[in-house]
Amino acid sequence: MSEDKFDVIIVGAGLAGCTSACLLAQAGLETLVIERGNFPGAKNMTGGRLYAHSIERIFPNFAEEAPVERCIVHEKISFIDDTKSATLDFASPESDDPANRSYSVLRSRFDQWLAGKAEEAGASIVPGIRVDDLIVRDGKVCGVVAGGEEMEADVVILADGVNSILGEKLGMVSKVTPHHCAVGVKEVIQLSKQQINDRFGCSDKEGAAWLFAGMPSAGYMGGGFIYTNEDSISLGVVFGLHNMAEVGKTVPQMLEDFKNHPTVKPLVEGGKTVEYSGHVVPEGGLSMLPKLVGDGVLIAGDAAGLCLNVGYTVRGMDLAIASGEAAAKAVIAAKEAGDYSEKGLASYKAELDNSFVMKDLNLYKNLPGFLDNPRMFNDYPEMVTGIMSDLFTINGPSVPLRKKVMPHLKKVGFLNLIKDGLKGAKAI
Amino acid sequence: MSTVNVDVKLGVNKFFVDEGNPHIELVENPDLAEFAKLEKACPAGLYKRDEAGNIHFDCAGCLECGTCRILCGKTILKKWEYPQGTMGVEYRFG
Repeated sequence: MSEDKFDVIIVGAGLAGCTSACLLAQAGLETLVIERGNFPGAKNMTGGRLYAHSIERIFPNFAEEAPVERCIVHEKISFIDDTKSATLDFASPESDDPANRSYSVLRSRFDQWLAGKAEEAGASIVPGIRVDDLIVRDGKVCGVVAGGEEMEADVVILADGVNSILGEKLGMVSKVTPHHCAVGVKEVIQLSKQQINDRFGCSDKEGAAWLFAGMPSAGYMGGGFIYTNEDSISLGVVFGLHNMAEVGKTVPQMLEDFKNHPTVKPLVEGGKTVEYSGHVVPEGGLSMLPKLVGDGVLIAGDAAGLCLNVGYTVRGMDLAIASGEAAAKAVIAAKEAGDYSEKGLASYKAELDNSFVMKDLNLYKNLPGFLDNPRMFNDYPEMVTGIMSDLFTINGPSVPLRKKVMPHLKKVGFLNLIKDGLKGAKAI
Repeated sequence: MSTVNVDVKLGVNKFFVDEGNPHIELVENPDLAEFAKLEKACPAGLYKRDEAGNIHFDCAGCLECGTCRILCGKTILKKWEYPQGTMGVEYRFG
């Protein structure tokens, strides 16, 4: 056995990787995290929102020291067509229970903090190195190949993101298909704290999350989003890759048009774009779950497709953190038993099955199919804005409310409404 | 509606371009229907076709999202890797 062999090597210093590293190092395991970016978070981006519950369990009151942007106290969901919007607005003060809160975050800052916690616990984090391959002997993963060198470990945790090339090489991750994911593009637009407070109705440290269905994704599966950061907003569009042949405009153009929508434009007026980013979002839910455990290897976070888009909540980071925690527990148990085989690491799967991760993925397993329906992103947004438009427009004698609403319902079709209503109720 | 200029947006980003060592390479004769998807999908607008119909691609400006890899795979790509360590896009916000 090589004397510089590690207990664990983790590929990727994102949320799953750093959470695992922290817990493993705390338990006394020799842990190495290899990150291809110049620092943890350098390659990572998010739409913007972290549901705190899973990280709160590991670092109680983490938000007091972590670089979170704003605590989300304002939820907005809009149906928008090319010019109009109808919005559901829900405001609620910051919860007394920290685990109920959610925060806007920027990954470049946040991941460095989390990596710092892992280092404090004793993990080694080596940035600026790409892992090119895995060492596999007799079907067991024994380490990594990076920069022409081999490094050995009892266990390798793949936390290498949605394009898990290493997971594919092992045959554990089947290549992600367009039906299972979306592309997200985002601008970070700098505004003053006061401008954000005024425009989104917030106080300092409190912020808004705003989702938009309809026009941003050109009537196809996807949507627009805005999250308020401390002194910037994250504004973006997500678009399902499987509709790419049909759609009439480019994804960057969708973002531009969304930014110029009459509802959105005043919110970003005078702001300065300081970054433009893109990322693939795994949205297949349970149907894209890889083989999570192999001999000497575990897969966590986006690499395992752990993401959940329910339409009104979009999650990935809380699942990544929980999967990182579960992976760490499994490796610690494997070390105690001295068994790093697939069987010895199997508690990872059990841990996930018993956690909200698999429970929620199971609960919403029919939802991606239900949401993949153009009525959701085209007919219904137009129906809602059309009804609202008639409701609030006065020009001569009025007609009864039912007569205002009926034509809009007829346009979508009553059977479609009933069908989608019933299916929707079942899917969530 | 204004036409988007993606190059201007990419201009605010921080990149370390690995000159002469592209991490994405296209096949000789890419399927044009597939290529058309990437013209729309690529967040960085790196897949271009000029007025004469000639295709252009340069991986400087790549956001490393993998959309092209997932969407069109081998019909377009001969090689798709992450850039070498330290190279490529570096998010200051993310």
